[in-house]
Amino acid sequence: MSKTLAEKIWADHVVRSAEGEPDLVYIDLHLIHEVTSAQAFDGLRLAGRTVRRPDLTIATEDHNTPTQNIDQPIADPVSRLQVDTLRKNAAEFGVRIHSLGDAEQGIVHVVGPQLGITQPGMTIVCGDSHTSTHGAFGALAFGIGTSEVEHVLATQTLPLVRPKTMAINVDGVLPEGVTAKDVILAIIAKIGTGGGQGYVIEYRGSTIHGLSMEGRMTICNMSIEAGARAGLIAPDETTFEYVKSKPHAPQGKDWDAAVAYWKTLHTDEGAKFDSEVFIKAEELAPFVTWGTNPGQGLPLNASVPNPADIADVEERGAAERALTYMGLEAGVPLKSIKVDTIFLGSCTNGRIEDLRAAADIVKGKKKADSVRMLVVPGSARVRLQAEQEGLDKVFIDFGAEWRNAGCSMCLGMNPDQLAVGERSASTSNRNFEGRQGKGGRTHLVSPLVAAATAIRGTLSSPADL
Amino acid sequence: MDKFISHTGTAVPLRRSNVDTDQIIPAVYLKRVTKSGFEDGLFAAWRNDPEFVLNQQQYKDATILVAGADFGTGSSREHAVWALQNYGFKAVISSRFADIFRGNSLKGGLLTVILPQNVVEKIWSAIEADPATPVTVDLEAKNVRLGSDIYPFELDDYTRWRLMEGLDDIGLTLKNIDDVTAYESKRPSYKPKTLPARS
Repeated sequence: MSKTLAEKIWADHVVRSAEGEPDLVYIDLHLIHEVTSAQAFDGLRLAGRTVRRPDLTIATEDHNTPTQNIDQPIADPVSRLQVDTLRKNAAEFGVRIHSLGDAEQGIVHVVGPQLGITQPGMTIVCGDSHTSTHGAFGALAFGIGTSEVEHVLATQTLPLVRPKTMAINVDGVLPEGVTAKDVILAIIAKIGTGGGQGYVIEYRGSTIHGLSMEGRMTICNMSIEAGARAGLIAPDETTFEYVKSKPHAPQGKDWDAAVAYWKTLHTDEGAKFDSEVFIKAEELAPFVTWGTNPGQGLPLNASVPNPADIADVEERGAAERALTYMGLEAGVPLKSIKVDTIFLGSCTNGRIEDLRAAADIVKGKKKADSVRMLVVPGSARVRLQAEQEGLDKVFIDFGAEWRNAGCSMCLGMNPDQLAVGERSASTSNRNFEGRQGKGGRTHLVSPLVAAATAIRGTLSSPADL
Repeated sequence: MDKFISHTGTAVPLRRSNVDTDQIIPAVYLKRVTKSGFEDGLFAAWRNDPEFVLNQQQYKDATILVAGADFGTGSSREHAVWALQNYGFKAVISSRFADIFRGNSLKGGLLTVILPQNVVEKIWSAIEADPATPVTVDLEAKNVRLGSDIYPFELDDYTRWRLMEGLDDIGLTLKNIDDVTAYESKRPSYKPKTLPARS
C-alpha cells in the first residue's frame, strides 16, 4: 500500500501494536535540557529506575543560561539550581552533557543537527515543542512533556496515537528578499495556529526542496506554531550532503546502508494525505506578525488590520485584545512601527546562515540610535564559526551586542528580556503576550527584516534601504 | 496518580481563546525542580488584574476551568498542567486543545474534556448567572452535567481506563519491555549513538 513519509517512519518504529491501545513507538534520539527534565530524573530515582539507553540520549544547557559572563557562576539562583540539577542528573545516570562553556553547548535543536546525530528516518523527541525542527532531515521529531521525558528515559519508547497527515505544497521561485521564515509565517497565517492540530505536516514542493538544510529547519521549527506537533521534509541530496560532514555521520559501509534506506524515505506515488494545502512561492512577501499569536501576521507592506473587518467573533475579540496589548492602531502601515530591540537568534533563526544573511545587510552600516540589537548564536559552535568568518566584528561595528549561545530572549528565561511596553523585531518563533518579558511586544520577522529594521529603526525589509 | 472516576465542583469561565502555555505559566516560573508549588505562577500576568475571573470571590473555590478554543497552545511545558493541578483544578473544558497540552494533561490526571463551542457557551452563561452551580465531570459515564443538562463527551477507551485506574504509563510499558528488547536487537547499525562522543 502507498504510504506517506510520516507513515513509513512510524511503521518502522512500532514496537508493539494492540487493538484499542496506542502504538508503542521506539525513540531513536532523546534530547534533554535543564528546564523540562529535572522532575523526570527525579521520577526515575524515586521508582529505582535507570536510563535505558544513555547512548541514545544527550543533554545540553540552553533555556535559562546567561549569554554574558558565562565563565562566572549563573547569577540567578533558581537558574543555577536547574543547571546544577541537570549536571548532577547527567553524571548520575551516565548521560552525555554539553555544558555552558563547551564548544558543543547551545540550543538543543541547533546542537543535534550540527553533531550529526539528527539523521533521516529517525524518531526524535525532546521536552521542547520546537523539536519539530529536526523534521527538516526527514525525521519524525516532536516535543513531549516531562512525564513523557521520564517515560523515554526509562523505556526508550512512547505510547502514541498515530497522527493524521497533512501536505503543505509550496511551489515556484521565492521573490528576492523572501526567506524560509517568511514562508512559514505565511503558512501559519493561512492555516491558523490550530490548523495543524492532530497532524504531522509534510512540507513538499520545489520551493521547499530548493531550500538549504538550515532554511528547512526554520520551516519545520515553526510547525508547532501552526498547531502540528511535527513537520517534516523528505530527505534528498541536500540532506545527505549536510549530514555527511558531521561528526556522528555513519561511516564506511554504514554510510552506504544508511543512504540506501534514506532514499526510500519519501511519500509514495498515490499515497493519500488527510489534508492538503497549496501555496505559490511567487505570491509570498517578507512577512511580519502584528498580534500576539504567530497566526496574526501579514506581508510587511500591509497595514495593521481592523478587527471590525474580521467576521469570526472569537477571532475579532482576539485581534482587539492583541492590538491593545501591542499598542497598535488599526490602519497604521506596518512599516511605520518603531521598534526598540532587535533579537537575532533562537532555534528558528540562530544558525550560521541566518547570521551571515543579517551580517550581509548591516555590514559597514550603523544601527539606528533608537534601537538595541542582540545577536545570539544558536550554539557555541555557530558562534565560533561566525567569529572565524569575522561576522562578530561586523555586528559589533554595526553597534550590536555579540552574545554567547542559548535560547536567550526568545523566551526570556535568562536576563535577556524586554521591559514593559518595549517592542521587538525578533527572529524567534512566538509573539505571545509576555513571551520575551512581561509586557514586552514582539513582532516576528526573518533575519533579513531584523537587519533592515535595525538600520532604520522601523519595521523594514532590505528593499527599503 | 489519583484515580479519576467522577468529579463534582464549581466552574470558572475563562472567556478567551488561544490561551497558550506561556499564559498558563510564564517561563520565569519554570525554574523549580519539583512538581509542586506552581500555583503562584498560574495565569500570572492576568492575575495582577483584580477583575480577572480567577480573582473574583465567587470563583475562588472552582475546580473546573471552562476555557475558549485552542487551550494550551505553544510550549510543551508540562508545568502548565502542574500549575492548573497545583491551583486545584481537576478538569478543563474547551472546544479544542493543543495536542501536546492534551497529551500532558491526560498523562498527569488532569481531565481535559472536549465539548462543542455552543455547549461551552451554554456552560459559560450558566456559571456566570450562578457561580455556585455544581458541575459534574463524569469520566465513567463520559458526560458533563449541570442542572438537568447532560453533555456527552468522547475519550478513547484506553485513556479512560488508565485514568479511572490511576495507572502510570511507565509501569504499563515495562510490562512489555521484552518487545522493546526484541525491537532493539533488530535496529540497523547505522543508527547514530551519542556515546562514545564524537565532535
